[in-house]
Amino acid sequence: MKDFSNKYIMIFSVVMVVAVAILLSLTALLLQPKQEKNVEVEKKMNILSSINVPSEKSNAVQLYDKYVRESFVINTEAKKFDGVDAFTVTLRAEQKKLLAEQYLPVFVAVADNGDTLRIFPLEGKGLWGPIWGYVSLKEDLATIAGVTFDHKGETPGLGAEINTTPFESQFHDKSLFENGTFVSVKVVKGGARPGNPHEVDAISGGTITSKGLEKMVHDGLIKYEKYLSQNRK
Amino acid sequence: MEKVEKEPLLSAKNKKLLKNPLGIDNPITVQVLGICSALAVTVKMKPAIVMAISVTIVVALSNMIIASMRKSIPGRIRIIVQLVVIATLVIIVDQFLKAFAFDVSKQLSVFVGLIITNCILMGRLEAFAMANDPWPSFLDGIGNGAGYGMILLIVSFFRELLGSGSVFGYPVMEKLGFYNFGYEDNGMMILPPMALITVGLIIWYQRSRNKSLIENK
Repeated sequence: MKDFSNKYIMIFSVVMVVAVAILLSLTALLLQPKQEKNVEVEKKMNILSSINVPSEKSNAVQLYDKYVRESFVINTEAKKFDGVDAFTVTLRAEQKKLLAEQYLPVFVAVADNGDTLRIFPLEGKGLWGPIWGYVSLKEDLATIAGVTFDHKGETPGLGAEINTTPFESQFHDKSLFENGTFVSVKVVKGGARPGNPHEVDAISGGTITSKGLEKMVHDGLIKYEKYLSQNRK
Repeated sequence: MEKVEKEPLLSAKNKKLLKNPLGIDNPITVQVLGICSALAVTVKMKPAIVMAISVTIVVALSNMIIASMRKSIPGRIRIIVQLVVIATLVIIVDQFLKAFAFDVSKQLSVFVGLIITNCILMGRLEAFAMANDPWPSFLDGIGNGAGYGMILLIVSFFRELLGSGSVFGYPVMEKLGFYNFGYEDNGMMILPPMALITVGLIIWYQRSRNKSLIENK
């Protein structure tokens, strides 16, 4: 192998790094709008799936506009913030704020049968990274109409099963309140007791993800407790 | 007349570059490279096949790029140069997946980024591309990517079938009615150690069929 001078090596490295930097910035810039669109469509699909409306990439935006009538941001005291778009609130950033200052998004949708559903976003930690989801509550603001969960990188076949229908459908008609007290829904290892309205089965082999999900549902929804209690009919 | 006769694009030698990694020079079972990701992404077949395609693209292109620059790369910083080329390509592949195959990119998550640390890439760059022309290097990359992908698919086929009872997400075991006879999915197949054992079984099978692969004692 030829011997190169130090000067050559320096120039070679600088040119290489600059060329690579330009190439990567260009790729990122060119693809960014498309990637952001994907994220937006996915979020809308997730919200729709939490109210049990199946959607495709192609019709998610139209369906979202059709079902979701209103969205607003409240705080833990159930006071509305003005001028904040609920759709653009990122929970991960909110969770770093003081509890009283956190923006809590609420989406209001009207189902095909005329019921008003309220959708609440959730964000928590799984085993390897963030997990998130949406829970929609029926008009009594205690019974779950539907949920959707997703994750960044849980173990395929184990923790990653949280975003599958068999797991998510267990949450249907579960209740968050018992005699007016917030009890959330427990994810039970070894199987939920049949008929218990506050329990679902955990995922075997995905214990830490299941526990993280249970914590996410509890911690995420307890912030809305006041709002839920006040608006209950 | 005065032109040097060009080697045909797919000469016997070049065909070997494509074929050997599928069998007697397989990156996973013979060179024992890239085991780490072979264990991680083989629980289901779909991520495995996307991973295989991504690795093939990255190893073929980086092989070609390094081979065409090989005479101007200073030996003292060649490893860094190789890493930069690999990392750049991986990030570009990742960005493209995010833009055009969003679902798959979510499934693969960190593993796309981890292609950078896949030993096959560094191994092929250092062992082949630094000493050969771009075209053979490109073929070598395709061959090794395919050899890697082939093992990934075999392993993930058995892991998904026995561990989750499905193939490419299609519930085979359920459709065949196995569950009615008390059959249960083997949860152990989903765990990484079983991937290692499956790879071991493939290596065993391959060596029992081809004695030339067995090292002299």
